[in-house]
Amino acid sequence: MIVIIDYDTGNTLNVKKALDYLNIDNQLSADPAEILAADGLILPGVGAFQKAMVALEERQLVPVLQQAAASGKPMLGICLGMQLLFETGYEFGITPGLGLLPGVVVPIPSKPGFKVPHMGWNQNQAQQQNPFAAVFDQENTYFVHSYYVQTAAKNIVATTDYSVAIPSIVQRNNVVGMQFHPEKSGQVGLAGLTAFKEMVNDARVPRN
Amino acid sequence: MLTKRIIPCLDVDHGRVKKGVNFVNLTDVGDPTEIARAYEAQGADELVFLDITATNEKRKAIVDTIASVASQVFMPLTVGGGVNTVADMQALLKAGADKVALNSAAVANPDLIRQGAEKFGAQCIVVAIDVRYQASQDRYQVVVNGGRKPVDLDALEWAQTAVAAGAGELLVTSMDKDGTKSGFDLPLYQALTQVVDVPIVASGGCGAIADFTNLFEETQVDAGLAASVFHFGELTIPQVKATLKAKGVTVR
Repeated sequence: MIVIIDYDTGNTLNVKKALDYLNIDNQLSADPAEILAADGLILPGVGAFQKAMVALEERQLVPVLQQAAASGKPMLGICLGMQLLFETGYEFGITPGLGLLPGVVVPIPSKPGFKVPHMGWNQNQAQQQNPFAAVFDQENTYFVHSYYVQTAAKNIVATTDYSVAIPSIVQRNNVVGMQFHPEKSGQVGLAGLTAFKEMVNDARVPRN
Repeated sequence: MLTKRIIPCLDVDHGRVKKGVNFVNLTDVGDPTEIARAYEAQGADELVFLDITATNEKRKAIVDTIASVASQVFMPLTVGGGVNTVADMQALLKAGADKVALNSAAVANPDLIRQGAEKFGAQCIVVAIDVRYQASQDRYQVVVNGGRKPVDLDALEWAQTAVAAGAGELLVTSMDKDGTKSGFDLPLYQALTQVVDVPIVASGGCGAIADFTNLFEETQVDAGLAASVFHFGELTIPQVKATLKAKGVTVR
């Protein structure tokens, strides 16, 4: 069972629709017991960093998500949900994030020819080899965001070029983030969600 | 590089696509979900649904349509036509729309743009502007009510007002060009991209592949929208994209 964290953000239902379409067992929940019992977690998110952290705090989910990540449970953050995995957001002031991955979230630099938000289909370039890179390398996915993550190269699975190299997929151990919307990126996006399901399945099977 | 987007537009009446779509392999030429799936397979970058239902069940029908499409088709969906209130926007976004397009209601009450942007984020709020060249004043004039009613508003000024209020994208239709198949209104889009910095979707006049090529070579718009040329199979999205790619335009 994959639990989609339900904290009143925009794309939650579209993530659910995509998992339903793929016949991936899932439910929406903000209940700590259900979250900690899940095989894998998806943290969706659309909107502003600070408001989203407040919404998680109001539901007392910050320590729950930190505990789940520390236990090795596979976790996928999508769009703003990916940004929340990091230490600090610089949107409307300085806001601490979940701190599951090292790094910060800063504005996309405004340059001529590069409108902000970065909205539309852009291509991913793999920066290392792993199952998510295998799905998304050279593929276009759908982005909508005004801020981006800065983190160490070892955490960056793929980037997309938009005046700067924007980390489009990040991963450290069990924690994965996608800056684009896999639930809105057509067949390749669905393949990415399937890759996450396989990661969840692999984590659930005890290994010798 | 961000790709230029090619967007088919579907007119929906009581949950049915109004002008039948003439693809092979469609069992139901009026079914929005089936048509959306076919366009996704062709490589459309986004779909715009324009609700033209003229009755009181309007809102419910389009919300049901979008919910159905969004459960089967996983690409960006924009919905316009009679979006009049924040509640209308919320219902559509919750059903699975990614963006809502405000038109006449925003002209009547520009604060609606701000309310939507504050609640859902500017990236969700498209302002659709129908324009007609007004020779007597040498300006582009805004027209509302489905292009029937001219208002005393300069389209370039209105575009700036809408963006200042929170519009994250503009969908601009040239009523002079719409239905003519004589190409997009390039001077209009050249003027618009000088005054606003949000993405612009150009609409009206597309009749041939060269119209898309001209649009992206001659203007800085982000997307081109067309309806009948795609619906009736006169152009296919793969053809358009292959030509654009050969001309050096970045497409998906």
